[in-house]
Amino acid sequence: MTERITKNMARNIYFGGSIFAILVFVGLTFDTVQQVPKLSNDDKITESVARGKNLWEVNNCVGCHTIMGEGAYYAPELANVFDRRGMKNEVAFKAFLQGWMAAQPLQEPGRRKMPQFNLSESQVNDIADFLIWTSRIDDNEWPPNIEG
Amino acid sequence: MKYSSQMVAKPYFIFALILLAGEILFGLIMGTQYIAGDFLFPEIPFNVARMVHTNLLIVLILFGFMGATFYLVPEESERELWSPLLAKITFWVFAAAGVATILGYLFVPYATLAEITMNELLPTMGREFLEQPTITKIGIVIVVLAFILNVGMTVLKGRKTVITVVLLTGLVGLAVFFLFAFYVPENLVMDKFFWWYVVHLWVEGVWELILGAILSFVLIKVTGVDREHIDKWLYLIIAMTLVSGIVGTGHHYFFIGTPDYWLWIGSIASAVEPLPFFLMILYAFSMAKQRRIDHDNKMALTWAKGTAVMAFLGAGVWGFLHTLAPINFYTHGTQLTAAHGHLAFFGAYIMILFTIISYAMPIMRGRPHGNGPKAQAVELKSFWMMVIGMLGLTAALTVAGFIQVSLQRLPDVGALSFMATQDEIVSVYKVRLAFGILVLAGLFTYFYSFFVKEETA
Repeated sequence: MTERITKNMARNIYFGGSIFAILVFVGLTFDTVQQVPKLSNDDKITESVARGKNLWEVNNCVGCHTIMGEGAYYAPELANVFDRRGMKNEVAFKAFLQGWMAAQPLQEPGRRKMPQFNLSESQVNDIADFLIWTSRIDDNEWPPNIEG
Repeated sequence: MKYSSQMVAKPYFIFALILLAGEILFGLIMGTQYIAGDFLFPEIPFNVARMVHTNLLIVLILFGFMGATFYLVPEESERELWSPLLAKITFWVFAAAGVATILGYLFVPYATLAEITMNELLPTMGREFLEQPTITKIGIVIVVLAFILNVGMTVLKGRKTVITVVLLTGLVGLAVFFLFAFYVPENLVMDKFFWWYVVHLWVEGVWELILGAILSFVLIKVTGVDREHIDKWLYLIIAMTLVSGIVGTGHHYFFIGTPDYWLWIGSIASAVEPLPFFLMILYAFSMAKQRRIDHDNKMALTWAKGTAVMAFLGAGVWGFLHTLAPINFYTHGTQLTAAHGHLAFFGAYIMILFTIISYAMPIMRGRPHGNGPKAQAVELKSFWMMVIGMLGLTAALTVAGFIQVSLQRLPDVGALSFMATQDEIVSVYKVRLAFGILVLAGLFTYFYSFFVKEETA
């Protein structure tokens, strides 16, 4: 098949095709950036949510968990943990998360272990606020069910 | 070897191989933690082992790319490297920064590492694959700039070939897209959207240019095929790569809070992504068939063909398995993703490093015709051990993914929880670990092939 294509034609396909792809992608990026604030409720990002995201990062939570399906596959999905463990009740979820974080690592032999991160009560609340905000992102109805 | 400055590639290759052994070792640690949850806890928690595993992978590939570039650019440009001294300095700076970062992961709690390295001044830590402290990231930028300066000056002053121009394009792209690692907005969706600018546009974009250039160089050397022919193939492959791969980033934008048109655009564009890898198989095998010389280094051509086939399987076939949005809805973030990731990285990026190392190392060690038959026989054994190990590991993870989807994702009522599902998969994880051990044994066999003595030599 390549006999009919000359080197010049191949080079033109490369330059033309790449420039076209880049233009399409840049255009879609601009549109996405316009739409994300609404899809993610950007106006609901409080200081606590922002602090929670930072705590999520500096404790490397994504090293075991997924969030909206991205991360490591060693521990449960957390973008919907507010729905799953908090039954969409903010007070109940925060109470649950305080207890859960304090109890780590669980003393069950052979069970996967979550480290003790020694976070303060307000830090755990920040993480809870971040996870609550995350659970309300419009992510095309993912995951398929509550188990994540 | 035509130019003495090509020798600077040697420490890069050796260090890349040492890091690969470490990378696999930490993979085995995690493989064990998937079976026995308290293995090495609290000394090396899973997240730490994973950071070491993935960061070593990225760093070793970068070392390999740099070594490959330093080896092939002088020969292609028909002149000595612009500054061999700078290449040596770059090596030591990068190696020291890399080792210090890994030791930091292992011996300091991650939150403390963030504190010590003053992450709060410019927070970039704690995102998958980009866990490096900000100061390390800045170091990477400096190293890469010094590297590109060195290579760029060599290319500009010497003969320009399609291979070096494509390689340089890939390297500049690598540097440019890495800058998105410094953009960490408060909005998680924006964060994720541009995080993929680094991760996807590296692995399924500019890295493939680097891969294509290295593969083409080795194919010219071991087959003696006309350069015009090689250039045409290389252009076609990277054209398909960028046409499908750039917009194909959209297959990561299905379920992370980005607009729903990505479901269509991502599915269609990424359905084309196997094509460049299929072309790569045609390329490697037809060049081998049309070869004008019979190079004594048979293993280099074996690795080259293996790269094309395994990259097609890992990146192409295993990627396509779950790239369409209606399927990805159920498979997103399962062991199937891990299966694809493992075979794609090995097939494309680890095997291309073996290809160039197998070609260049014997020459740098004073054997222009490649290693002797006995050493090559050992190397062939290591080739199959690693390939079979990775295929078995991938097959096991694929089975694990199917079980996970069917127990946890598919049922509308009575779906098992994540942890309960994982308990059901333990026996499959044991198979995965066994194949992982085979991969490490294969790598040690490969190391051994360097030390095989030939009777006649």
